[in-house]
Amino acid sequence: MIELTAVEIRDGVRAGKLRARDVCEAHLARIKALDPKVHAFLHVDEAGARAAADRVDASPDKGPLAGVPLAVKDNMCQRGVPTTCASKILEGFRPPYDATALLRALAAGAVPLGHTNLDEFAMGSSTENSAYGPSRNPWDLARAPGGSSGGSTAAVAARMAALAFGSDTGGSIRQPAALCGVVGMKPTYGRVSRYGLVAFASSLDQIGPIARTVRDAAVFLGAMSGHDTLDSTSAPVEVPDYEKELEAGVKGLRVGVPKEFFGAGTDPGVRAAIDAALKQLQKLGATLVDISLPHTDYGIAAYYVIAPCEASSNLARYDGVRFGHRAKSFDGLVDMYRKSRTEGFGEEVRRRILLGTFALSSGYYEAYYRKALQVRRLIKNDFDEAWKTVDVIAGPTSPIPAFRIGEKADDPIAMYLCDVLTVTAPLAGIPGVSVPAGFTPGGLPVGLQLLGKEWSEATLLRAGRAYERETEWWRKGPQV
Amino acid sequence: MTPSWETVIGLEVHVQLKTRTKLFCGCVNKYGADPNTLVCPICLGLPGVLPVLNRQAFALAVRAGVALGCDVANLTKFDRKNYYYPDLPKGYQISQYDRPLNRRGRLEIETPSGKKNIGITRIHLEEDAGKLIHPETEGTAGVSFVDLNRAGVPLVEIVSEPDMRSPEEAYAYLTALKEILQYVDVSDCDMEKGSLRCDANVSIRRPGDPKLGVKTEIKNLNSFRAVAKALSYEAARHAQVIESGGKVEQVTLTWDAVAEKTIVLRSKEEAHDYRYFPEPDLVHVQADPAFVAKVREALPERPAARRERYVHELGLPAYDAGVLTGDKELAELFDRLRGEGLAPKIASNWVMKHVLAAMNEKKLHASAFFDKTRRIAEVARKVEAKEVTGQTGGDLFLWILETPESASVDEHVRKQGLAQVSDAGALEAIVKDVIAKSPRIVADIKAGKTTAIQALVGQVMRETKGKANATVARELIEKALH
Repeated sequence: MIELTAVEIRDGVRAGKLRARDVCEAHLARIKALDPKVHAFLHVDEAGARAAADRVDASPDKGPLAGVPLAVKDNMCQRGVPTTCASKILEGFRPPYDATALLRALAAGAVPLGHTNLDEFAMGSSTENSAYGPSRNPWDLARAPGGSSGGSTAAVAARMAALAFGSDTGGSIRQPAALCGVVGMKPTYGRVSRYGLVAFASSLDQIGPIARTVRDAAVFLGAMSGHDTLDSTSAPVEVPDYEKELEAGVKGLRVGVPKEFFGAGTDPGVRAAIDAALKQLQKLGATLVDISLPHTDYGIAAYYVIAPCEASSNLARYDGVRFGHRAKSFDGLVDMYRKSRTEGFGEEVRRRILLGTFALSSGYYEAYYRKALQVRRLIKNDFDEAWKTVDVIAGPTSPIPAFRIGEKADDPIAMYLCDVLTVTAPLAGIPGVSVPAGFTPGGLPVGLQLLGKEWSEATLLRAGRAYERETEWWRKGPQV
Repeated sequence: MTPSWETVIGLEVHVQLKTRTKLFCGCVNKYGADPNTLVCPICLGLPGVLPVLNRQAFALAVRAGVALGCDVANLTKFDRKNYYYPDLPKGYQISQYDRPLNRRGRLEIETPSGKKNIGITRIHLEEDAGKLIHPETEGTAGVSFVDLNRAGVPLVEIVSEPDMRSPEEAYAYLTALKEILQYVDVSDCDMEKGSLRCDANVSIRRPGDPKLGVKTEIKNLNSFRAVAKALSYEAARHAQVIESGGKVEQVTLTWDAVAEKTIVLRSKEEAHDYRYFPEPDLVHVQADPAFVAKVREALPERPAARRERYVHELGLPAYDAGVLTGDKELAELFDRLRGEGLAPKIASNWVMKHVLAAMNEKKLHASAFFDKTRRIAEVARKVEAKEVTGQTGGDLFLWILETPESASVDEHVRKQGLAQVSDAGALEAIVKDVIAKSPRIVADIKAGKTTAIQALVGQVMRETKGKANATVARELIEKALH
């Protein structure tokens, strides 16, 4: 049962061939068996999962995700369920409300299994920055699953959940999806409500689907998307039926291949897999077009100013006054703040708060924050220029496959450079998807990244599906 | 202040908007509830929640701008002002930094040397913080409690130009500002409840010097009088510092209302760096010209304009016009009485005499009389037509206040026999009786002290419970003593 896709489960439940409760039990058992090795979950809510499954079985209304076991990234609020962002500072916090995207998935019949591990407050690219220990890549337990949604992608890759929520700020859905060999999509900014997503960098954060197949991702995206009155930045743009044109193929599709996406740091195994994938698209009728996105290399610099600036403000509320961790002893108000926050936040989070506070302070704002916003505009302009000649842009999701745990942990810059190919999409607000594209000679998954203009999720999914149909990489699972 | 110094004053006034709910969430905007009962995940700043702008607050902020003659921005945005304090749940205040909603307004004030315009630099929309409570019960030394009912209440901050030249002008500015904001129904402007708060900036310079002196900012000003007092104190302190060869330091001060002096809160070096940046959780807001025009059209008449109109169009004495327009509801009551057909001066007399007395005695707002205007006008007309005496009219007014609108004045007058008695025949016997009982007064009158006649008229009035026509009574007395 754990090998079934989300759509197969949904169809089985609808047809009366499957019971949501049985599917749920199979996945809970799988978690029990594998998660001690993988550590994808921070909290498994067995009782809540069973209750939800029973509700689906009892209800005549079987929604588009009826009975589908779902893992939730631990930065999404779920009423009454511990939500920690993998941080000590939120240890024991149980939100009195649900994230809108989660609420919609539950209304569609999804069965929430529990909350998955992440880099603390989604800050990182390996899930090593979790206060509760790293997750491991199901393809090689000595390696990181990527991040920050590494718990979610590991859970889906290891068949512990059919679907998982991720959130992407600089690549946090697509990069771990690539490194774990699953499908992960960052939708257009404003496609999915951010209400209930614990903010890291508000102008970049976007919730998105993680799944084994493109079709599952399409159905899941449709269920979570749409305007929400609780999020002013969610767009009142109609949600199309993402399944409808999924099989329409790529004939005539113009695929841009930016030379900047194949820099010197690209792993040869990744390079070979992506070259083969591009050829496959061409064979299917797509036209490959060489393009340039000249400001790609400045993306990392702009991102690592803008995101920490917003984070420094977003994380100010963790002050020990109203909820979360408060130091046991302190001498006055400022000392309470200092001790609570120093004890509660991990090193990377503290680093980014300091970076952002510095970059926003008087005398530096113009040189850093303002300059970064200008670069952001140039990156957006690069894409707008590209859409004049191409429909989608293709390249690797990550220049390297999964790296060893600890390999980059002491070198933040090396870690930041993992995001070079993923940070530009959120900076421009455009959607992107990572689709499994085979393996390196060493047997590690490679992800093909497809980027499109705003609101072009249907096109990206259609292209991803056309490639997936020919290759079926998703059928191969890791031996844990 | 010695005349060799000129005082320069600018004011920053925070005013809470009269909205139903808070600026970014659905919590009720109300003063005086039990601590932390008007809160939700959004105004508590819990993780993952987002602000959504309150339309009513935005419209009221536009109205404040229009009422104060500002240019309303087509496109406005919000920014985060970052600082840590326990009453600030998110660790930042959502405010407006470089693109405020309203700019370049003005407010006319009265000064001893005539009218003067005070420039308004900007009016922007922002959220209020909560409140710290420092309990004074035993065993709680060093303990503070946080009440977040006020957190997220909508405010406008109104920043003036440094156009005021004396504490008296600052006082006049605040009075005029309060009057206008109450009139257009933007705010209660109740300093005691904190719905109006003021910080004052002051500096001094030699008259004619185009350059401004170093300013200090005074906070914690709890009344308009405190503002004036603190400014006088501070300007004098600046003069003393400079005259004794020192330099004024740019500091933020607090006003100690008991000791009547300013105390340094923080120096320039300790000033906060608020790290403003655009609020990414909110989108830019458009106040398109059609919307602004609609707000302008719907704007209640401003007090000064109403005052002018009462004097020039209705012919009221300036004093009456001033009293009536000093309270928006009082002016409204006056207009309603005129709507019932009373002449302006008659309506004014009734408001100034009977209504104000009853308001004072019974601690009522003028609006409490709104549903009584039909019968008040009826009584006023009876007095004018001499159907009842003025004294009876006053009694009838009080009777109206205690009876429902359905109680008929005519019927009451008839049943209680309150009609004015002008019939000489009916009064003659009473006059005779009064004269017989007052030999000393009669003697005085006969000795030429004619003013004593009034005393006898008064007695007739008493005997008739105020119903006698005083003129007729007087004639009868004069006739009898002739």
